[in-house]
Amino acid sequence: MEKMTLIKKGAEAELYRMTWMGRDSVLKRRIKKLYRNPDLDLYIRTTRTSLEAKLLSEARRLGVPTPIVYSVDLKNAEIIMSFIPGSPLKKIIPKMDRESLHETFSLVGSLVGRLHKGGIVHGDLTTSNMILKDDALFLIDFGLGDHTFDLEARGVDIHLMRRALESSHHEVSKWAYEGFISGYGEIMGDEIKDILKRVSEIRRRGRYVEGGR
Amino acid sequence: MRKLYVMGIESTAHTFGCGIVSSNGEILSNLRSEYIPSSGGIHPREASQHHASKASTTIKQSLDVAGLKLNELDAVAISLGPGLGPCLRTGATVARAIALMIKKPLIPVNHCVAHIEIGRLVTKEDDPLVAYVSGGNTIVSAYSDGRYRVFGETLDIALGNCLDAFARSLGLSHPGVPKLEALAEGGKNFIPLPYVVKGQDVSYSGLLTMATRKIPEVNPSDLSMSLLEVAYGMLAEVVERALAHTEKPSLLLTGGVARSPRLQRILKAVCDEHSARFYVVPPDLAGDNGAMIAWTGYLALREGISVPVDSSYIRQRWRLDEVEVPWRR
Repeated sequence: MEKMTLIKKGAEAELYRMTWMGRDSVLKRRIKKLYRNPDLDLYIRTTRTSLEAKLLSEARRLGVPTPIVYSVDLKNAEIIMSFIPGSPLKKIIPKMDRESLHETFSLVGSLVGRLHKGGIVHGDLTTSNMILKDDALFLIDFGLGDHTFDLEARGVDIHLMRRALESSHHEVSKWAYEGFISGYGEIMGDEIKDILKRVSEIRRRGRYVEGGR
Repeated sequence: MRKLYVMGIESTAHTFGCGIVSSNGEILSNLRSEYIPSSGGIHPREASQHHASKASTTIKQSLDVAGLKLNELDAVAISLGPGLGPCLRTGATVARAIALMIKKPLIPVNHCVAHIEIGRLVTKEDDPLVAYVSGGNTIVSAYSDGRYRVFGETLDIALGNCLDAFARSLGLSHPGVPKLEALAEGGKNFIPLPYVVKGQDVSYSGLLTMATRKIPEVNPSDLSMSLLEVAYGMLAEVVERALAHTEKPSLLLTGGVARSPRLQRILKAVCDEHSARFYVVPPDLAGDNGAMIAWTGYLALREGISVPVDSSYIRQRWRLDEVEVPWRR
């Protein structure tokens, strides 16, 4: 293997930049957690690695930009995929005006709509998991995703997006969420009514929201 | 400046507490009386009757221990929520009466904020990531721009609720969690149970249902060990993600379940991996108590926050991230 440079040490995985078969690539390795029971740890790392590899490829087929998966090593919980040059949305948001915020999140909403229409939920929609490269927006980190058309799972996906905006970008979360819903609604059509109803149910179910129960 | 004394009254759930602090952060007294249900979980009306019957002696003892008279207090702080309606009303009624009697301000305090502030006071850690885990709450929070923001929380029941309910199903008496942990020490075989992390959030209800269903089938030590591994592992994962995301220099573990040595070990290991400092609120201040309400009340008093008695409504579902905390600015 060629030389690898650590580019990110996240909570769950380490990312290395490397050249794989002549291509600019990223190796994602889910790291062992010594604080977890070894059986549980192995189960979590292998199921998430396998799921992520599948969902990345399937999402691409649905027209959602994602890294191309080159190679998967379940035993070591590793995926090699194409490197996406660009910046995480999290870093760019503070520089955005209201209009470009609306536009960008409308795009995010339409991508999530395509996933949901195609039977996939992402499971971890945060602005760190979205990379803007020129005009294209890439979704990454599908390890908490799932294959499902379930209303509840879709609702949780949208709820998490909203919560991520409120906790990390509270000063602009309203505009971003509005943009998200407009783009999402364009793809989901009439289905969005039931989903948004479920989102507010999930929100009320959460601990201590005024107007709940 | 003259030293100020603030009394805090806590009655959000099973504990009636009364504590007194001074403006330089001394905890002068911290008395409490806990309602223990004869069977099953907490019954709100019975708990509130317990609080009503214990309020006067708890308050009197609290004053005696602090060596103060009622009219020497500068304010009365009350935990107005979140919590169980009947319990909150009992504490609020008592606090209002005292404030009127001594003609001193009544200070509204959010229970969750108080768990964080008492931790900051005793650990002297200024800006930690917070894991607040108890029978009613499971919240991962960090301060940002005037409020404690919620980075992760439970989508359904709290960690403590999950463990308590399972312990009761196993026939373990109150308090269930230490007995559950002792039982888990003998566990050898890991039994797969639902591990549910959604984004930054966790869900414990499916785990509780599945673990309870397995009680007749498997060894109780194995099952307890597996339940704790999964339940604490889920929390550790979202804490770790929040540490990576917020880049806070430390973690503060607070709330009743903070007393768990097993959970402390796991979260300490998480912190070591991220070179973050790890702090736990001491046992007598981890669970619900009046001192934390008093101290948070003092911080609010200093900012000029108080509430007129006739509009001091309780707020059963008062979220942590709705509260402005101007003393952190």
